[in-house]
Amino acid sequence: MREELLSVIEKNSRMDLKELAVILGAEEIDVVNELADLEREGIICGYHTLINWEKTSIEKVSALIEVRVTPQRGQGFDNIAERIYKYPEVDAVYLISGGYDLLVSLEGKSLKEVAQFVSDKLSTLESVLSTATHFILKKYKDHGTVISKKNEDEREKIMP
Amino acid sequence: MRNPLADKVVEMKPSGIRKFFDIVSEMEDVISLGVGEPDFDTPWHIRDEGIYSLEKGRTFYSSNAGLKELRMEICNYMDRKLSVRYDYKEEVLITVGGSEAIDLAMRAMLNPGEEVLIPQPCFVSYEPCTILAGGVPVVIELKEENEFRLTAKELLDAVTERTKILVLPFPNNPTGAIMERKDLEEIARIVEEKDIFVISDEIYSELFYHDEKYVSIVNMPGMKERTVLINGFSKSYAMTGWRLGYACGPKEIMKQMTKVHQFAIMCAPTTSQYAAIEALKNGDEDVEEMRKEYNRRRRYLLYAFREMGLPCFEPYGAFYVFPCIKQFGLTSDEFATRLLEEEKLAVVPGTAFGDCGEGYLRISYAYSLDNLKAAIGKLENFIRRLRAD
Repeated sequence: MREELLSVIEKNSRMDLKELAVILGAEEIDVVNELADLEREGIICGYHTLINWEKTSIEKVSALIEVRVTPQRGQGFDNIAERIYKYPEVDAVYLISGGYDLLVSLEGKSLKEVAQFVSDKLSTLESVLSTATHFILKKYKDHGTVISKKNEDEREKIMP
Repeated sequence: MRNPLADKVVEMKPSGIRKFFDIVSEMEDVISLGVGEPDFDTPWHIRDEGIYSLEKGRTFYSSNAGLKELRMEICNYMDRKLSVRYDYKEEVLITVGGSEAIDLAMRAMLNPGEEVLIPQPCFVSYEPCTILAGGVPVVIELKEENEFRLTAKELLDAVTERTKILVLPFPNNPTGAIMERKDLEEIARIVEEKDIFVISDEIYSELFYHDEKYVSIVNMPGMKERTVLINGFSKSYAMTGWRLGYACGPKEIMKQMTKVHQFAIMCAPTTSQYAAIEALKNGDEDVEEMRKEYNRRRRYLLYAFREMGLPCFEPYGAFYVFPCIKQFGLTSDEFATRLLEEEKLAVVPGTAFGDCGEGYLRISYAYSLDNLKAAIGKLENFIRRLRAD
C-alpha cells in the first residue's frame, strides 16, 4: 500500500482518510497508521499547496541561482548548503552535478529584494566563488501541474 | 426513382445509444458518465512520435497489413503479456481500430446463414457486423448471478449445427465482467468439441483489476488455431482518436481478412502506426499508471453504490460498472432519461447493449475522481427522491 499511498497523496494531499482507504482498497485504520509511520520516518516531509501567485495581487519574484563554492575539508558541501538554506527566503537548495555546485531557489517580494540577498548575503559567504542569478519570468508547469490551463473535457458526452 | 437503399442496411437498428446522445447534446451543463473512452490524453512520448513521423514526411501508405516494425512489436507484446507467439509476416493485421477488425473477421469467416454466438450485454457492433457479413446473430443472455461471465451451460444451450463463431467480448463493455482461467478452460473445451471459431475482443485486456493474471482464450490448449484475437491502442494507451487496432490469428483467416482490408481500407493511418510502435516499446509504465488510477475510481464507485444501497456485482475489467436499478420499478431507459432531466447526469441505459441489459445502467469511470464525486452526489439525490415517492 505504501507506494500507492504516496503516489496518490503526492498529487492530492487533501483527500480524507476514509476516501483514501476506499480508493486504495484498505482499512482506514491501516491508512492512518501508514501515514503516521511515513511521517515519523521522514518520508512525508510536509503537505504543501501549489499556488499560482500570479493570479493574486501579491507581488512575488522567484529566482534560480547557480552557486559555485569551495567545498570544505571533511564537510563537503553540507556546511555551506546549511548556511544558505537557513535563510527563510530560500525555498530550495540542491547540490548539482555539472558546471556549478549548488542551485538555490529563492522567493522575494521584488527584484530588488532578491538582488540584495544575492549581493549582500549569498555572494559574501566565504566559500562562495561565484553566483549566476536567473529570474523566473513565467511558470508553465510546477510540481507536475500545468499552471493556468484549464482542462476541458472534449470528448463526446455519450459513446458506446 | 427506384429505392436506392439496401434492405439489409435499412433494417439494421441504429445504436440504442444514439437517441440518448441526441438528447444530451441539446442540454447544457450536463455531467456525463456516458463515454466509452479514456479521459487521459495519449502519453506525450507517443504523441511526440506521431508528430515526429509527420515532420520526417512519413506520410505514405504502409503495406496493407501494416508497418513491419509495428507488427513485430505486436508479436513481442503478445509474447510478453500472454506468452503466445505469432508470426508477424502472416498472423498479424493492423486495422482501423478494433472495430474494423471485428468487421473483417466476420466478413472473412461467415457464409450465408452461419450463426454467430454473441454474449450480451456487449459492445454494439457484433450484431450488425454479423448481419452485414451474411451471418445470423444468436444472442446469449448473460446473467448477473454469474457476474456476467459466459458459462459452459449457456454456451452449450446456444450451439447449433450452424454455429460458426463465438464472440468473446471480455473484459466486457458495458458490464466490466472478465473471464478467469477456469471459465475459459470450460469454454475452450466446448469450442473444440463443437468445432467452432472464436473472435476474442480483448480491447480492454490491459484494464484488468483481478488478482489473477490476465489470460486469453488463446492460452487454452488448441485455441490459438481457431481464434482471431482482436486488440488495439484505444483503451490501453488512451489513443481512441488515432483509430488503430489489430488482429492476430491463424494465417488462413488473416490472409482473407487482409484481402478485405486491402480493398476497403488500404492500410491503417501511417502516423498512428508510428506512434503505436512507440507505445508498445516504451508505454508499459503509462498503462500501469492509468490502470492503477482506474482501479482507484472503480473502488470508489463500488463503495459509493454500497453506501447508497445500489446493488452492483464487482467488475474486474474495463472502466465500467453495471449497477442494478430493478428496485426502483423503472426501466433502464426511464431511469436514465429522468436522471438526465432531473439531475443533468448522463449515464447509458443497459438496454443500449442488448435487451438483457434491462434493469441496469452502464456507468463509466473514465473520469477524474472529482468528477465522479460530483456525479455520485447527483445520483444520490435522484435515488433519495425516488425512494421518497
